[in-house]
Amino acid sequence: MTQTPARPETTAVDGGAERRGRPPVIEASALSKRFGARPALREVSLTARAGELVAIIGPNGAGKTTLLSILAGEARADSGRVSRPPEEVGWVPQQAALYGRLTVAENLRFFARLERCDDVAEAVERMLAQTGLAERAGDRVETLSGGNRQRVNVAIGLLADPEVLLLDEPSTALDPRQRERLWEFLGGLVDGGTAIIYSTHNVQEAERHAHRVLVLADGEVVYTGSPRELEATVGASGLGFEAAFVEFLRRRGH
Amino acid sequence: MRWLLLKDLQILRRSPLLVALLVIYPIVVAVLIGLALSRGPEKPRVAFLNQVPAGSEVIRLGGEEVDTSRYSQQLFDAVDPVRVDSREEARELVRNGDVLGALIIPSDIAFKLQSGLEPATVEVLYNADDPVKAQLVRDTIKSQVQDANAALTRKLTGVALGYLDLVVSGGNSSFLGRDFAVLGLGPAERILAQARASLPPSSPARGQIQQVVDFARGARENLDLSDEVLGSVAEPIRVDARVVEGPGSTGLSSFAVALAVTVSLMFVTLLLAAGTLALEREENVFRRLVRGLVSRTALLGEKIGLAAACSLLVALAMLAGLALFVELDWSRAPLWVAAAAAGALGFAAMGAAIGALAREVRAASLLAFMVSLPVAFVALVPSGTVSGAVYDTTRIVSALFPFDPALTALRAALDGSGGMLLPLAHLLVLTLVFGAAARLGLRRFG
Repeated sequence: MTQTPARPETTAVDGGAERRGRPPVIEASALSKRFGARPALREVSLTARAGELVAIIGPNGAGKTTLLSILAGEARADSGRVSRPPEEVGWVPQQAALYGRLTVAENLRFFARLERCDDVAEAVERMLAQTGLAERAGDRVETLSGGNRQRVNVAIGLLADPEVLLLDEPSTALDPRQRERLWEFLGGLVDGGTAIIYSTHNVQEAERHAHRVLVLADGEVVYTGSPRELEATVGASGLGFEAAFVEFLRRRGH
Repeated sequence: MRWLLLKDLQILRRSPLLVALLVIYPIVVAVLIGLALSRGPEKPRVAFLNQVPAGSEVIRLGGEEVDTSRYSQQLFDAVDPVRVDSREEARELVRNGDVLGALIIPSDIAFKLQSGLEPATVEVLYNADDPVKAQLVRDTIKSQVQDANAALTRKLTGVALGYLDLVVSGGNSSFLGRDFAVLGLGPAERILAQARASLPPSSPARGQIQQVVDFARGARENLDLSDEVLGSVAEPIRVDARVVEGPGSTGLSSFAVALAVTVSLMFVTLLLAAGTLALEREENVFRRLVRGLVSRTALLGEKIGLAAACSLLVALAMLAGLALFVELDWSRAPLWVAAAAAGALGFAAMGAAIGALAREVRAASLLAFMVSLPVAFVALVPSGTVSGAVYDTTRIVSALFPFDPALTALRAALDGSGGMLLPLAHLLVLTLVFGAAARLGLRRFG
């Protein structure tokens, strides 16, 4: 993730009008999901455009992971539809989904073959270069640090060069330096036109990097817009985004 | 699917302990069983004290000489004798555990056998620290003494029959060094008949002599039947064994080989199938795979195929190893492969079901191990050792798992005892049932 330049913090809100003019690369409409008697998602709709970074935030149990799992094809919605098939979407689960006894390169090669990449060797080399793991290509994944494992995890999600990348709490368990490098890398992808949708518990991270946030609470979308617009909606611009977010949920009874 | 197979083989290659276990396990089992089958059981070490004076081993029974040392030799063939010089030495060896038991032949045994006045007695000492060994010594010595008893009984019966023949037919005999003539019932009857004929018809002695003649004839005729009666006494029960049901031609060696291979096949296949499937979830990869890259059914098929193929190789290696010790009919090798492959598929499907249920490698391995042992034990319960209802239950339970049909198929493949089609069809059904159960388990696997 050292291959992409760092973006200024203002990038998240730069070019908003131009981005909003692009066609959506993924659309989900009226997704509902129940686990037994408990509703996990209620009529949730979502769009993301090329080069857009969308953060899904909300309290625990709000349905963030369920929504991403449905978009990624890991779970099925009871109703509603998603415009893209799972095979066309890159997916990075929260916990690194890798084979510990295979090397970094072997993991990438295995998934590249399953993704039916045209040139497997080129795809592996590209991801090793992009993630800065070329020197660790021959190391078994079980010997890597948590940050490096997450890099491989992200790399696998990007092997097929997808237009849409989904990440479930990607920075969890990373130290600040690793987190910073991850966002630098993801920023480079966004600049290249990839649409990224990610869930996070870290509200400051959403404020800092996302062009748009989607607030979920009890399986419902209670807000969608930029972080600044949320602050303006609450009328607490002096308190900062995190305080505005908490106040927003409080007023909604969450 | 080939990429999944390649990946799993790479992971197996990176698990040296597991691979070593897979390679070493069948070799060790094959060597152990081969040695056990080819060497036979060890003879128990038994101290032997013979207090019979030298030259007194030969006794005379009814004019025949019987060498009692012949019976000692029979015993020595069944045990590993340690000759001792005194009762104390024998007792000490038993107490120390140097021998499992001691057999003491008293000095008066020849006299008692010869006189027939009272039964001869031998003394057995054994160490009861180990009940299994103590039982082995008791059974071995008891069996040999019974053989000697039977032989002596036959000899004594022959002597008794000789005496009876003397009583019936008459002749010469000797007792305590003195020769004497015996008239016999037959000649006595003839003499009496002649004597009766020489008496006047009115003589009252004719009737009395006729009574004695009738008695002599009756006694002679009845004693003629005594040969068969005494023969029955000498060997009251004879054994005439016939097979009523089951593969009677299965040798102990074939059964042991089939059992060893089936047990190994079961352990290796169950552990591999359950472990490799559970690993997909433990590494968090399962959901990534099945979201469009691989179908759940294909993943399951790959695990079952991999486990079955690996364990089939192990089973065939075991058979080849065992063939060094036990004579196996290599012309039936294609049948071995068919039986082992069908068994491997059944166990692999069962292992996949266990892996889908346990969802974690350690839990899956433990569950596979815990299920294996009772399944094998239940299948090996012989009829007649438990009540009818319990036995019927064990048969029903055995039919639900692949062990019993796999063992039956392999026995049939090894020596042609029984048909193979039924157990193979049984295994096919179980493969489908366990495969379906595993597929069902994968719906909630991720």
